[in-house]
Amino acid sequence: MPKDHGIGAASKRREDVRFLTGTGNYTDDINLPRQLYVHFLRSDIAHGEIRHIDTSTAEGMPGVKRVFTGKDFEGVGGLPCGWQVTDRHGAPMQEPAHPVIAQGKVRHVGEILAAVVADSRERARDAAEAIEFDIAELPAVVDMKAALASDAPKVHEDLTSNLCYDWGFVEDNRDKVDEAIRTAAHVTTLELVNNRLVANPMEPRVAVGDYHRATDESTLYTTSQNPHVIRLLMGAFVLGIPEHKLRVVAPDVGGGFGSKIFHYAEEAFVTFAARQLGRPVKWTSTRSEAFMSDAHGRDHVTKIELALDADHNFTAIRTETHANMGAYLSTFAPSVPTWLHGTLMAGNYRTPAIYVNVKAVFTNTVPVDAYRGAGRPEATYQLERVIDKAARELGVDPVELRRKNFVTEFPYATPVAVEYDTGDYNATMDKLAEIADFAGFEARRKESEARGKLRGLGVNCYIEACGIAPSNLVGQLGARAGLYDAATVRVNATGSISVMVGAHSHGQGHETSFPQVIAEMLGIDESQVDIVHGDTSKIPFGMGTYGSRSIAVCGSAMVRATEKVIAKAKKIAAHLLEASEADIELKDGQFTVAGTDKSVAWGDVTLAAYVPHNYPLEDIEPGLEETAFYDPANFTFPAGAYACEVEVDPETGKVTIERFAAADDFGNVINPMIVDGQVHGGLAQGIGQALLENCAYDANGQLVSASYMDYAMPRADDVPFYAVDHSCQTPCTHNPLGVKGCGEAGAIGSPPSVVNAVIDALHSGGHKVAHIDMPLTPSRVWAAMQG
Amino acid sequence: MTKVSMTVNGEAAEGEVEGRTLLVEFLREELGLTGTHVGCDTSQCGACVVHVDGKDVKACTIFALEAEGAEVRTIEGMANPDGSLNVIQQAFQDHHGLQCGFCTPGMVMSAAALLAENPKPSEHEIRDYLEGNICRCTGYHNIVKAIMAASGQDVSRIAAE
Repeated sequence: MPKDHGIGAASKRREDVRFLTGTGNYTDDINLPRQLYVHFLRSDIAHGEIRHIDTSTAEGMPGVKRVFTGKDFEGVGGLPCGWQVTDRHGAPMQEPAHPVIAQGKVRHVGEILAAVVADSRERARDAAEAIEFDIAELPAVVDMKAALASDAPKVHEDLTSNLCYDWGFVEDNRDKVDEAIRTAAHVTTLELVNNRLVANPMEPRVAVGDYHRATDESTLYTTSQNPHVIRLLMGAFVLGIPEHKLRVVAPDVGGGFGSKIFHYAEEAFVTFAARQLGRPVKWTSTRSEAFMSDAHGRDHVTKIELALDADHNFTAIRTETHANMGAYLSTFAPSVPTWLHGTLMAGNYRTPAIYVNVKAVFTNTVPVDAYRGAGRPEATYQLERVIDKAARELGVDPVELRRKNFVTEFPYATPVAVEYDTGDYNATMDKLAEIADFAGFEARRKESEARGKLRGLGVNCYIEACGIAPSNLVGQLGARAGLYDAATVRVNATGSISVMVGAHSHGQGHETSFPQVIAEMLGIDESQVDIVHGDTSKIPFGMGTYGSRSIAVCGSAMVRATEKVIAKAKKIAAHLLEASEADIELKDGQFTVAGTDKSVAWGDVTLAAYVPHNYPLEDIEPGLEETAFYDPANFTFPAGAYACEVEVDPETGKVTIERFAAADDFGNVINPMIVDGQVHGGLAQGIGQALLENCAYDANGQLVSASYMDYAMPRADDVPFYAVDHSCQTPCTHNPLGVKGCGEAGAIGSPPSVVNAVIDALHSGGHKVAHIDMPLTPSRVWAAMQG
Repeated sequence: MTKVSMTVNGEAAEGEVEGRTLLVEFLREELGLTGTHVGCDTSQCGACVVHVDGKDVKACTIFALEAEGAEVRTIEGMANPDGSLNVIQQAFQDHHGLQCGFCTPGMVMSAAALLAENPKPSEHEIRDYLEGNICRCTGYHNIVKAIMAASGQDVSRIAAE
């Protein structure tokens, strides 16, 4: 019997009512008295020297308050990078300055040249068209390997080259890996591209800056996944505003997928301009602006080699990746191809020797940073593709080859520095075989063939590192921040509870799932608990939501704070019941003296805490409110197995997803309905990457996919109903809820199975195609079929 | 500036607009009906779908002046008279057909228009009708399921979950 409340219940989402009735409060819904509007004039040239900007005509136009250029920001800090990677030789990465408004040069299409602030959006836009500027175009670098040529134009003339870093991991493994590959019975090699993507949350970014001169307080309303991180970065490094004078509010946020983690120039601009002008300043991104100013994702070019012995045991993996950083380092960009990618290269398998080399490259393109999965999809894709290719070369079943090499004993220390605490990869594969109906595949293939279609089945496994992250560890790895989270549990006098959390909900349903945990712990109704998030003036200092970390890290903080509340409440109950504290039990909202029928209700104890007439004031303080900061001991390691079945039309190369199944192990699950939804959404993004989406630049650095007319978002008719299951549960051993996180799994786990399925379909039709790069558009598939 | 008047969610509404003011801008900025969202600038995403004289229209594709005298319905006018969720809204909540909520108003308005012309749409017909509404969160699974459920169809056998 499924539970109807508490941990494990499919509680309906309370946030839905406001979203379904049009009464949400997104940042663009916020309009302040005397608000001004900014329009950014953006470069339409990828690389050039700014010779001249004349704003005089624009400044005289109706409604214009002021026009800002790079000169206005000469004394202002640049946008900081939050992670410093150290290269193979022990040197720090090359780290260029990242101005709020371009200074002297433009380095990508979309970079801000000037900003017009006016009393209406239209007047700001009109005036921006009257700005005259002269940019001397320079040759642009777009292709990463070309960017590393000795005579390549430099994106940043003050750096030695376009190489940000050359990272080796684990450097001590290198000789061992080379030797294992030299002596292997079989080596499978694959070169592939992990296509550049744009996160595309449906809500474009918005920022509203406000300033009160009398109190010297600034407020930034912004579409952020982590308001405290923005307050820290912008306050301390860009504008020099101390934390107590800077409030950052991220109200309802319409999706993020990583792209709203980072601190952006527009946020700093509106906060700065509001202080300069003494009036609120608002910016609402258009979708076209989003394409050329939101951080992009992926964009890796990789060569991977997998070595096997004569019994098909994996003996070594060697990879070389070029990772695009774009023109500047976005907030967490350097960590993505390194610590979020190299550490996952063992996958679900026992491979004793692994070496990963990553060259991060500056190009004249929009900065690239974390997008749903961030590094882990890139690791999973190359590994699961090369295993499939190896199985085909060796003439063995790809599922059996995986099973033969699975890690089966835990904890398991990989050769790439992480230790998996728990997992059962055979169990998720068994479950996948059931829900994907492997047994019925041949019959379905025959049915497709009878209709002249090619049918393929593709399978892959994945593992990810979530619950980001142990602060002391990431500090050693170059993170310039701690990655704990925090929660304050404020019990009110009548027993209801407000929980202030550092995590941010922008679709994940925290307002529903987090109260389920507290309701379970206290034995009270979920409706008695409300979650407060997204406002630095209300919540404790937390690091926000990304890396599938909310329940594993912030949820753990919430549990710790609730445990403190329970400990104090038991002292109060013991006093009220005239019993020993050690004898007090809490169950179903009642404190009972063990072995007796003496009890006192939750509400009586909370009332006593705030009306302490009969209260042990000599021992404990009045009130019932506790805060906990939680720093995880390790990453969590969700894992699973996915299967995709496709039909390929041999006449056109068009691929149709016929079936998709996902068997995940997320450890314990708080709300299975919400977990299913997270997987569904991830799957569509992964299928989108595999078949549809591609962020494309031409050789001059022009972004040619800057609207939904050109960038193919997955639509309802591109995807099927998915079969998802998370009944295989090996609980995390090091956090109090035994949870692992589920937000990114679908996007990490799905692209390889789609591509594996298409390759399988083509082989069934006699087309010996080894690989096709994503997205597998009809033209690419058709061309591959022609040999 | 030109005066424009229309009926929005059953109430008379009027304002002064420029010729270039879009219906969605009039709704959001003049009337303060911020439930209708703007997710793109090429009439692709469908977050701004409203009903104009009973037909579903992307409110970013028409000027406010083109809606002169029209009956406009937005997401704010969709709940039952007592304020409770209507059958489509309720199905979206029951079947987790929304996550971040940003595309949701357009999805609900499109679903209502679909069910008005096709009371028992198939899965294929729903997916086809939603071609102009982009959702980035749900992977569409629970949206399609919710619309089938709202039309009274049994959804208990849709894919293992």
